[in-house]
Amino acid sequence: MAKHETPLLDQLESGPWPSFVSDMKQQAEVRAKNEAGIEFQIPQDAVEDLLGVLELSYKHGRTHWKHGGIVGVFGYGGGVIGRYCDQPKLFPGVEHFHTIRVAQPCGKYYKTDYLRGLTKIWDLRGSGITNMHGATGDIILLGTTTPQIEEIFYELTHNMNQDLGGSGSNLRTPADCLGSSRCEYACYDSNALCHFMTNNYQDELHRPAFPYKFKFKFDACPNGCVASIARSDMSFIGTWRDAIKIDQDAVNKYVENNAAYPPNAGAHKGKDWGPFNIEKEVVELCPTKCMKFENKTLKIDNSNCTRCMHCINTMPRALKIGDDRGLSILVGAKAPIVDGAQMGSLLVPFVEVNPDNDYEAITSVIENIWDWWMEEGKNRERLGELIMRQGFQKLLEVTGIDAQPQHVAYPRTNPYIFWKEDEVTGGWERDVVEYRKHHLR
Amino acid sequence: MSELLSNKEAATQAVVDFMTKKAKTKSKFYFNDFQDIFPDDKLRDIKKVVNSLVTDGVLEYWSSGSTTMYGLKGSGKQHSSEGEA
Repeated sequence: MAKHETPLLDQLESGPWPSFVSDMKQQAEVRAKNEAGIEFQIPQDAVEDLLGVLELSYKHGRTHWKHGGIVGVFGYGGGVIGRYCDQPKLFPGVEHFHTIRVAQPCGKYYKTDYLRGLTKIWDLRGSGITNMHGATGDIILLGTTTPQIEEIFYELTHNMNQDLGGSGSNLRTPADCLGSSRCEYACYDSNALCHFMTNNYQDELHRPAFPYKFKFKFDACPNGCVASIARSDMSFIGTWRDAIKIDQDAVNKYVENNAAYPPNAGAHKGKDWGPFNIEKEVVELCPTKCMKFENKTLKIDNSNCTRCMHCINTMPRALKIGDDRGLSILVGAKAPIVDGAQMGSLLVPFVEVNPDNDYEAITSVIENIWDWWMEEGKNRERLGELIMRQGFQKLLEVTGIDAQPQHVAYPRTNPYIFWKEDEVTGGWERDVVEYRKHHLR
Repeated sequence: MSELLSNKEAATQAVVDFMTKKAKTKSKFYFNDFQDIFPDDKLRDIKKVVNSLVTDGVLEYWSSGSTTMYGLKGSGKQHSSEGEA
């Protein structure tokens, strides 16, 4: 018998998709039976009370959670988010119900003993409810009490060599795709770069001094499996400078509808799409029209290729990414809190990815941007909003990057150009006597 | 680094005085408020000192989850009264 009646939540279980309500009810039952004999360190009925407070919130149409708090682990300004229920008498099991963010491993690779270790700690010291993974990528542990936080942190760090993730006005936990560990499209080792950045910027992750949150995400190719271009203040997207490699024999195998060469590597099997048509499915869909297929030969004008990946994705056995690889840096993406949502804008079209010099070319861009944003950013202003407020030109100045054609998003709308003195030969000073020799008053 | 910021004792006192003076109107401060106390210093240097004051127990963090603020330890809203007027 459930502790609280939950008719509104029960209705959520009736849809065709998996329900978080069912998961929570299952967890409430597991805790009630406690067949594993766990000495729960937070109330055993916490999950039942969580269902109860959620039902009440649906009934009232408003939240019953208080916002934020001073809870945390010693020396860290992030990783723990205080959550308190404003109906503690009705739901004592969730009076304190703090969230802990745990840094996910690069590429989200887990060993089963790691996951068992994590759930063992969390079943003992928390609600047992997890969110794998939160929007930023962290492992989210939902619901524990204040006295348990340091205990959990100790066990994570000492027994599992595992750090907390980012929250608050910090660098957030960097996130990446699988990269070259699994993917033939990877233009750089996103796992290695993400791991380096996480270690290199520990202080920024744990000790808040930014105007607001700041996110890094790493996509090893322009397919963008982690959608870094939309989800991060600084997005690192793999690219290449030379030509797409073409195997003309394999191209013709696709054209001949050879069964061993299914388009899109067979990803759209299961429906009859008709025979493969290279003109309709590849050449005509090229966004810059830089391809043609004539006399059984595919030609690509690489100078006009924007690395959209469509042709490579469609004919992966015939087309491969180039060999001169690196990454592009885009900045300023954000969710729609102020000024609406923004995608990242291209700042660095190509930069080398060199672990031998600690990715110096990349870190120097990052630190110049941070210095500017910390100095000029208003409280709770994201980098993308600062760029909108002060202009992309200012960003180029502070990063020391020259304007390039790739920076132009659309034709100029402002008819005025204001030069600075150092941009004009001879500056503002002039010799009036010399001038009057050639120009009468 | 300015003379004030490099002298830990004086810097601590300046921070405590600044926050105490404003205590009637607010108990939590954004990081860049510290720039008013140390106007000649770089924010990265200020960060080191301010965060060491948290470690020393002079200041404490307050976080909404998305934004972090600083307050004198024990001042303003504490655990169970979070969210109350």
